[in-house]
Amino acid sequence: MTLDLAQADGHIRRGRVVTLLGLAALAALYVMALQFTPPERFQGLAQKIFYIHPPAAYAMQLAFVMTGIASLIYLLLKDARFDRFAEASAEVGMVLAVIVVITGPIWGKPVWGAWWTWEPRLTFTVIEMLVFGGYFALRGAVRDPAERAKFAAVVGIMALVLVPFNHMTVYLFASQHPEPVVVQTGKPELPWVMLRSFITGFVVFTVLYMGMVMQRYGIGAKRDIREALDA
Amino acid sequence: MNALRAAWAIAAKDLRIEWRSRTAILTASLFAILVELIIVFGRDAGTVSYAMLAPSVLWITIALSSLVALNRAFLLEREHGALEGILAAPVNRSALFWGKWFANLVFVLAVVTVAFPLWVLFFNVEPSTGLYGVMGLAVLGAIGFTAVGTVFSAMTVRTRHAELLLPVLMLPFMLPPVFFAAQATMRLLGGRPMEELWGWLRLLALFDVVFLVLATLIFPAVVDE
Repeated sequence: MTLDLAQADGHIRRGRVVTLLGLAALAALYVMALQFTPPERFQGLAQKIFYIHPPAAYAMQLAFVMTGIASLIYLLLKDARFDRFAEASAEVGMVLAVIVVITGPIWGKPVWGAWWTWEPRLTFTVIEMLVFGGYFALRGAVRDPAERAKFAAVVGIMALVLVPFNHMTVYLFASQHPEPVVVQTGKPELPWVMLRSFITGFVVFTVLYMGMVMQRYGIGAKRDIREALDA
Repeated sequence: MNALRAAWAIAAKDLRIEWRSRTAILTASLFAILVELIIVFGRDAGTVSYAMLAPSVLWITIALSSLVALNRAFLLEREHGALEGILAAPVNRSALFWGKWFANLVFVLAVVTVAFPLWVLFFNVEPSTGLYGVMGLAVLGAIGFTAVGTVFSAMTVRTRHAELLLPVLMLPFMLPPVFFAAQATMRLLGGRPMEELWGWLRLLALFDVVFLVLATLIFPAVVDE
């Protein structure tokens, strides 16, 4: 038991280091974005949020897909570590989703003129949040750890299979409505200085994702140890 | 006993129980009618015509009343440890799923059968041959989400707050089929040519196939210890 606890603490400690590295890199990214990348011609400073918003959206998707994969492995192997990982990844995904839906409207107001539009990717994020809201509600409602892990894994896999359908739904739904007019949806050429900052954002958020999952995994491990002691 | 016969035996058992009491089916039908009614009263009478609302109302009604129907799918089995009895039988778990799913589908469609003519009446839907198509859509739409709902309700019934959890888990999975079906309904009622419908029907069928297969594969994991 003590060894397990030490292991869990180790995960949390290492996770904290990785997260701090990620945060430091994020700060550096913003120095780069504000100081060394020119402001965008039409959107001005509002565009700077793009060094957070799309990377967070990508990391959210990564997190939820990893939850689905870990859920599948859990059902096959019944190894509690995969359940813990699925839970950790889902929770971090939720945090990233919150970042996406907060930064989206902040950008949307000055550029699109409205806090909220049913823009496909934003809508997709909201649906994913609700799917995983259900995932956590279910986890909270089952007391037996093995049953909780099993049920959560079922939802995790179903949620993964739902992803392409959600994509189809939000894009087809959006095509029923007029496009926002301020921004052209064609593929604009991103100048290298902007692209450089943009790509860095994706790397930074991958690091943040890993750091947060490691910490959350450690917390989950501690919870499992406590539950095993209580039982 | 082969799997299909086992599935049929389970479905027949569930439907027989429902038919003998009839309380659940009547209550669920009343619920469906009330959903239609509350939309009528919640609407802005001055600006939104009944015809404009009709497709959405049909699918909101089907979605919400399915939740009520699915909520009770495994309640019967929970009482007196009935599920343990079924699980003890030498029956393929997937067959058990198919039986429960089919009974749920019939239950949902029975409720739709009651709600459908009233929907035509309340929302001034022009009687046309398109209405047969809409009935077909109700079947096509319900196949997929009752499959998802059967798996979820087998889980939620074993938790606290079952009747709260099922809708929260289910509704995100209903968004795609409800959207596809409502789009197809709009086109059917508007008398649009078949080419405009195919895409939506294909998506709906794809959803059905994918989730029916997935639910069949994953259900054994839910009920087995």
